Amino acid sequence: MMSFVVVAILVIILGFIAIRGIGVISWEFLTTAPKEGMTKGGIFPAIVGTGCLVIGSMVFAFPVGILSGIYIHEYLSENWLKKFLRMMTNNLAGVPSIVFGLFGMALFVNYLKFGDSILAGSLTLGILALPVVIRLTEEALKAVPDGLRLGSYALGASKIQTIQKVVLPVAFPNILTGLILSIGRVSGETAPILFTVAAYFLPRLPESISDQVMALPYHLYVLATSGTNMEETRPMAYGTALVLVSIVLIINLSASLLRRQIHKKTKMH
Amino acid sequence: MTHAEVKNINVWYDTIHALKDVSLKFEPNTVTALIGPSGCGKSTFLRMFNRMNDLIPSFRMDGTVMVNDQDVYSKEIRIDEIRKNVGMVFQKPNPFPKSIFENVAYGLRVNGSNNKAFIEERVERSLRQSALWDEVKDVLKKSALELSGGQQQRLCIARALAVEPKLILMDEPAASLDPISTARIEDLIFELKKTYTIILVTHNLQQAGRISDLTAFFYMGELIEYNMTKKIFLNPDNIQTQNYITGRFG
Repeated sequence: MMSFVVVAILVIILGFIAIRGIGVISWEFLTTAPKEGMTKGGIFPAIVGTGCLVIGSMVFAFPVGILSGIYIHEYLSENWLKKFLRMMTNNLAGVPSIVFGLFGMALFVNYLKFGDSILAGSLTLGILALPVVIRLTEEALKAVPDGLRLGSYALGASKIQTIQKVVLPVAFPNILTGLILSIGRVSGETAPILFTVAAYFLPRLPESISDQVMALPYHLYVLATSGTNMEETRPMAYGTALVLVSIVLIINLSASLLRRQIHKKTKMH
Repeated sequence: MTHAEVKNINVWYDTIHALKDVSLKFEPNTVTALIGPSGCGKSTFLRMFNRMNDLIPSFRMDGTVMVNDQDVYSKEIRIDEIRKNVGMVFQKPNPFPKSIFENVAYGLRVNGSNNKAFIEERVERSLRQSALWDEVKDVLKKSALELSGGQQQRLCIARALAVEPKLILMDEPAASLDPISTARIEDLIFELKKTYTIILVTHNLQQAGRISDLTAFFYMGELIEYNMTKKIFLNPDNIQTQNYITGRFG
């Protein structure tokens, strides 16, 4: 019963955004910069910016998160350190995103003097994504049957060989699903980029990682709260919301499709 | 000729004394069955020969385990070297989710072989030895997971044979298989003992009676009786052995 309520709420929200937003979606909307006080034109720089941030954050979060997950699951025995690391990872996942934003500003923007930049924003988003990546990597490794590890050891393989040649190939599809989900999370975040990278209005595209960019979630916030002409920016806001929600939905859907595909394949035996 | 021998082995898991002062000498080119009720220490005993118990954090032992005059627990010896000499087949078939060919080649590859002709020759020979070649020779690239349970177990035996072990450990190799597949595995074990020395853990007493030359009966971490299988089954010296064999406990 409650799950129907959840579904209903989701449908209402999506439907509302889709109906209000679909009118402004056009090729021009997706491929040009905003014009005339953001009442005309499109959101292309924000799409590109969000793309840059997603890629940047993943370049940081994937290797660090996957390696941490492997270390926690494969190398640590059940002791206080493992419990401590797990607990800290869970805590990190529960930290409000605005705290990540302020932390990113303090560390990357000010202390390390990256300034408001793709670099600072990507690292901040990367840290936000880390606990998700670590947890899902751990889950994926846990799903690998121990019999396979033993079989590999019994043939004289070392731990590293076993992880590289047996454990990771088996866990890879599930890890990949986790990575895609974390991309979905990162692409919709506003607070972490607020003070680290996002530009209020910047129609030109970024040229290096030390540039600021516009990003979809923040652009939406700007359109909804601080336009000079609220009546005329409102449709643009709905359009932006629709694009953002669609991107996140597509990412999450592809993750669950991938998961289903994998389950079909591994059910063979 | 392979000689395997243990002298005065004691094993503890934390405070549990899992093996108590066990000494045993194995004859080359024989099948020795280890029997006894669950938790009697027979699987622990089996895993002493390739140091699989090392993976359990609470494991402690003293005593010596010798395979071909090599002290398995000596500090100088490399663990992968031991495991190359001692093949192991597990209760549940555990083929890697790779092709049939790559499963058999795995042990060779992780031990540093990359000569293609050599690997191909070894894979074929191992699959022939495990009586699987005729069934899979045209589908070597197919995933090992598509094989039946019995075929998977024979593949796991081939995988163990590929690195040319001296000693083969089998931990209830037919426990998860149907009767026909079990019969094939038993035939195979009978063939393999011409070349290898085999130690087999089994819960199936008929199986122990059918395929083993010698039988060791374990109870509560102690080796109660070790003798020719016929003697153990027909006329055991020890009353506990007799009770177990005749099904009065266990």
